[in-house]
Amino acid sequence: MLTAIDKDLLEKIADLHEVPHGAYNIRKDGKGISRNTTANIDIITKQDKPGIDIIIKPGTKGESVHIPVILSKEGLCDVVYNTFEIGEDSDVVIVAGCGIHNSGSADEQHDGIHEFFVRKGAHMKYVEKHYGEGDGTGQRILNPKTIIEVEEGGVAELEMIQIKGVDQTVRDTDVILHKNARLIVSERLHTYLDQNAESNINVKLMGEDSSAQVISRSVAQDDSKQVFHMNLLGYNKCAGHIQCDSIIMDNAKVSSIPEISAFDSEAQLIHEAAIGKIASDQLIKLMTLGLSEKEAEAIILKGFLG
Amino acid sequence: MINVLKMNNVNVTLNGNDGKIEILKNIDLTFEENKIYVITGPNGSGKSTLAKAIMGITPISSGQILLDGNDISDKSITERAKLGIGYAFQTPARFKGLKVKEMLDLAKGRNDTESCQLLYDVGLCSQDYLDRDIDSTFSGGELKRIEIASILGRDLKMALFDEPEAGIDLWSFQRLIETFEKMHQRYKTTIVIISHQERILRLADEVILLNDGTVSEITSHEKFLEKISRLNSGCDCKNDCIKGGAFNADCDR
Repeated sequence: MLTAIDKDLLEKIADLHEVPHGAYNIRKDGKGISRNTTANIDIITKQDKPGIDIIIKPGTKGESVHIPVILSKEGLCDVVYNTFEIGEDSDVVIVAGCGIHNSGSADEQHDGIHEFFVRKGAHMKYVEKHYGEGDGTGQRILNPKTIIEVEEGGVAELEMIQIKGVDQTVRDTDVILHKNARLIVSERLHTYLDQNAESNINVKLMGEDSSAQVISRSVAQDDSKQVFHMNLLGYNKCAGHIQCDSIIMDNAKVSSIPEISAFDSEAQLIHEAAIGKIASDQLIKLMTLGLSEKEAEAIILKGFLG
Repeated sequence: MINVLKMNNVNVTLNGNDGKIEILKNIDLTFEENKIYVITGPNGSGKSTLAKAIMGITPISSGQILLDGNDISDKSITERAKLGIGYAFQTPARFKGLKVKEMLDLAKGRNDTESCQLLYDVGLCSQDYLDRDIDSTFSGGELKRIEIASILGRDLKMALFDEPEAGIDLWSFQRLIETFEKMHQRYKTTIVIISHQERILRLADEVILLNDGTVSEITSHEKFLEKISRLNSGCDCKNDCIKGGAFNADCDR
C-alpha cells in the first residue's frame, strides 16, 4: 500500500499523482509492490539477484515505463540491478527516479545499477530524478550506476536530475556508442548544507559518425562539495562535446576534471568547463526590474537548473 | 512642466590603480516629464556612469538625486526600479535557462502589455523568440532588442537607454526610432538616451553634452547638429571625432 509519504515521493521523482498508465514497477523499501505490463513491454523479476528485466519489443512506439523506487525505512541499504532491453526501432520513454524519506537516525541507501541495451535504430529517453526528505539525522545516500550500449543508429537521451535532499551521491555513467549512435546527456545537480556529490561520466565513441553531447549544470551552496569527472574517448570518426557549468556559492567546493582522449585523427572532441559565482550583470539586470537580490538569485538558479 | 528627476551637484569618484578617479563632477541636471533627452559626448566622458548613478548601479560619492522631489540617493537598485526608473544596458546580460517570455513577464510585473507586442515593437517575431533562452545562441543585435523590449514593457517615470542603437542593423534602426516616438506619445515617461547617432539626436528635446565628467552644454538638437555640420564642413576625413576626446583626437576645424 502507498502511504501519503510514498505518494508525495512519487510525485516528486516521477510526477505521478496516482499509479501510472502503461507499464510500471514500483519498488518500495527493497521490494516490488506494484507492477503492470503491456502487450509490448514486459517486466520480469530477476532470479539470481534483486532487480527486474524490462523488455521492450522491437518497433514499440510512444510507450512509457515508470520504475520509481521509494524508501521510507531507516537503516535500509537497497541494491537493485535492472536490465533494459530496448528493441530495434522502438521509441520509448523510461522514467526512473528514487525518493528517500528518512526521519530516523540511521542511514538509508539505494544503489541502482541500470544496464541498457539500445538496439539498432531505437530511441530511448531516460529520465531519472533523485530526491530526499525527512528531518532525521540519518544520511540519505544514492549511488546510481548507469551502463548503456547504443547500437547502430540508436539514440539515448538521458535526463539526470538531483532535485534536493540527497546527502551523499556517487553517480557513475558509462556509455558505449556504435556506428551512427547518438548520446544526449543533460545532468542537473544541486547540493547544499554539507552534501557531497560526485558524477563520473565516461563515453566511448566506438563507431563511425557516433556523437555525444553532455551538458552538466550544477549549483553548490553552503558547505557542499561536488566533483565532476567527465571523459570522452573517440575511437573512430566521431564528434563529442562536454559542457560542464557550475555555480558556486557560500563555502562550497567544486572540482571539474575534464578529460578527452582521441584514438583516431577524425575524432573531434571538445570539453568546456566553467565554475563561477552568479554573474553580477545577471543579478543587476533583474534588480533593475524591481526584484530584490535574493529574488533575483532564486530566479537565476531555478532557470539554470530548470 | 513637472520635474521628474533632479541631480544636485552629483559627484562620482572611483578608486583606480593611480588613486581616486573623478568620473562625474558637479553634475546639475533637471529632467522633465514626457521629454526626450539625449546624452552625448566622447568615450570616457561619463555618459554610462551618469545613467548608472540614476539607476543606483554606480553609487554617488556626494550630491543628491531627487525623484519627484524625494531624495533617492541612498535607495537601492531594486527600490529605484519599484519607484519607476528603468535602465536598458549597453551590453545586456545573457542567462542560461531564462526564457524571453520569463524575462518579459518579470519586466511587465502587473502591467498588462502583451509580450507579443513588445517583441513586435523591437522587430522580433514572438513565435520565434518567446520560448528561447536568453543565452549565447542570441546575436548581439537580438539581445539588444530584447533588452529594449524589457524596458518598453514597464510603466516607468524614467527610462534610460544606454546606446540602444549599438549592434542594431539599419532596417531595425528605423523601427527603433519609431518605437521611441511611440513610447513618447503613449506614456508620460521621461526618456533618456545615450547615443552618438544623428537620427537619435533628432528625437531629443534637449541634448546634453558631457565632456570629461562635466556637463559642457545643454542645447536643442537643432543647435547641436548645426554646430556639428559647421565643424564637419571643413573636415576631409568625415570622422565624428569631438574635440577633447579620450584618445586626444584633437581637431581644430
